[in-house]
Parts: sequence; C-alpha cells; structure tokens
Amino acid sequence: MTEQSQILIDVNNLDSAYGDRQVLHDINLQVEQGEILVIMGGSGSGKSTLLRNMLGLMKPRTGSIEFGDINICHATKAEISKLRRSMGVAFQGGALLSSLSVGDNIKLPLRQHTDLDENTISIMTRLKLELMNLADHEDLMPSELSGGMLKRAGLARAVIMDPKILFFDEPSAGLDPVTSVELDQLILNLRSAMNMTIIVVTHELESAFTIADRIAVLFDGELVITGTVDEIKACTDERVVNLINRKPRKNQLDADKYLSRLTKGAN
Amino acid sequence: MSFDCSEHLHYKLLHLTGEVDLHNSSEVRRCLLDILKQGKSVIVDFSDLKYIDSSGMATLVEGLNIANKNNLSLIIAGANGAPLQVLELTRLNQVFTIVDSVADIKE
Repeated sequence: MTEQSQILIDVNNLDSAYGDRQVLHDINLQVEQGEILVIMGGSGSGKSTLLRNMLGLMKPRTGSIEFGDINICHATKAEISKLRRSMGVAFQGGALLSSLSVGDNIKLPLRQHTDLDENTISIMTRLKLELMNLADHEDLMPSELSGGMLKRAGLARAVIMDPKILFFDEPSAGLDPVTSVELDQLILNLRSAMNMTIIVVTHELESAFTIADRIAVLFDGELVITGTVDEIKACTDERVVNLINRKPRKNQLDADKYLSRLTKGAN
Repeated sequence: MSFDCSEHLHYKLLHLTGEVDLHNSSEVRRCLLDILKQGKSVIVDFSDLKYIDSSGMATLVEGLNIANKNNLSLIIAGANGAPLQVLELTRLNQVFTIVDSVADIKE
C-alpha cells in the first residue's frame, strides 16, 4: 500500500458465524480506493461469507466493517441504503428477475433510484449491454440466455449506476476460457475508465493473478496472507502453496471434535 | 460540476468543468437539447472535465443523434484523462467527432 492511498473499506477483527458454526476468524483487511482486491480461497473457506458481511447482508458476531465513517455492521437502514447506492454487486448466477426482460432488469436500479429521463436510461442500458457484448439482447428474457450471458447481464446491472465499489462474486466460474479472459479485461477497463474499486471473490487462480492489485487468501475462515501477486506467489505458507499448486487439503482429524459432531444431540 | 455556454465561430460552446454524474447530467441534458432545438451546432469542451459517468455519456449520445437528424454537428473537444478512457471503453470515440482542443475547430 502506498502512503497516499485512501482506505475505502476497513475490516477489523471480524468474526462471523452461521448459528454455532464460526466461519470467519478475526479477519483484518483494508481495501484501497481504486484497487482491485481479489479474495481467494477454496470452497468453504469463507469468501462468500466475507462478501455478505461487507455488503451488510449478514451481521458479524464481533468486529467492524467501516466504509469511511459508517460501520456497516451497526449502520441504520438509511445509512445502509445510502452506502448501497455507491455499490454494485454482480452475483454468481447473475440473479436477474426472471419475469423481466434483460433490458428491464438492467434499467431497474436507475428507475428505482434516479429521476433520469427514459431516453437517457435506455441509452445507458444499451451502452452497458454493448460493453458486455450483449448488444441486441435487451428484449430477451433471462431464461433465453446462456450461463455466461446471464453473468454478463448481471454485471451490466451491477455497473449501470457507475458504482464507486463493485463486488463481483466468482466472475469466471462456469465460463469458457475466452469469455473468462474477456471478462478479466473488462474488469481492468472498468477500473481504469471509471476509477472503480473492485472486490472480486474467486477461486480461479489465473483470473486472480491477471486482475488483482492485491490478493487476500482465506483458508478455513482465516486470512492467511494479503499481498501483491508476486508476494502471494512467493509465499511459503503451506496452505497458500497448496492452493496455488492445486493440491488437495489434508485435513488433520480431531477425534474428539469428530465424535462430538457425529453424536451431537444424542443421549 | 459547472458548465457555461458561449459562442465559438458558428457553434455554441458548452464548457463542462468538474464531474458529470447521475446527480447533474439532467442539467447538462436540458442545456444541450435546448441548443440543438435552436438549430445550433455544438462543441462540448471536455478540457476541464475530470469525470463523466454513463448518464453523461448517454446525454451526449442522445444529443449526437438529434444533431445528426437535423444536419447539425456535435463535436467533443479536449477530452483527456478518465473521460477520454470512458469514450474509448464505450467505443464512442469512434462515433463522435473528437478534436484535441476548441482552437482546432476553424470553421
């Protein structure tokens, strides 16, 4: 991080759980203005949970997530609503409303949050569709799109308001290699042209190494390392090395905990 | 964001300063469409523009469409930095007539 960098999101001592199951342990992470931060880790490492906490969709057990002077964990509805106007979220499967056309899905945030003229809204929508290589798909229904198209349409909706912060959950998952590379380039272009701060959750190494300024590696809910691509590649922590070399996890079995899980609730 | 309107040759010169975004692009739109309704060609001066979002770009696209239909011109001058990158990202640099500066427009 440079000394002049402005911290946009500050995650402090974050613990998060689903019921009794603690998923995130003491996460400390800062996101700089204008950077592309990739949150990387295997399935079940807590990536999506961290994202849900950052979006205010989930309350942590302890800790804070500050956007400037607003802590989203204790923010009022009005504060969260204001914050969310500066955020765009592209969900893994696109999350389009199936009863609306692609165009109407993308227009939805503008119609809900602005009083822009309908001509402006239509042109903005087509500009974003062009950007996503989805020209002439405006009138199609989501069910008529492929998985990759749905993802791009979801991204178009996420960036329709030109958000300051874009959250992108698994951009490359389920895409063919060419579309995946195109999407990586698009993320880089969005950052440079729109000065967006972009947080990408992925387990795709190649994509992470291509787009990231910094990578945060999660393993079993713990932040193992946050660093540049070179720092991650040079990291000697076995968990990071295994992730990079795609080695399967070796789970050391805790016999007592295992037995306790199996017999929970039994007399 | 602020903008002012003056004359340059037979053009109206719309000089944009600061940032054009969702909150103020409607004002730019009203001004731009007014100029075109008067049957005037327009130069949009980007030289002091720091940022323009897609609502601003959409406004200019709408203006260009009206200009073309009425045999008028809409020229962008002095685009640099992030606004120039937005023009390139959206490939609108291939749609608009873009010049380096207002001084380059001689007639």
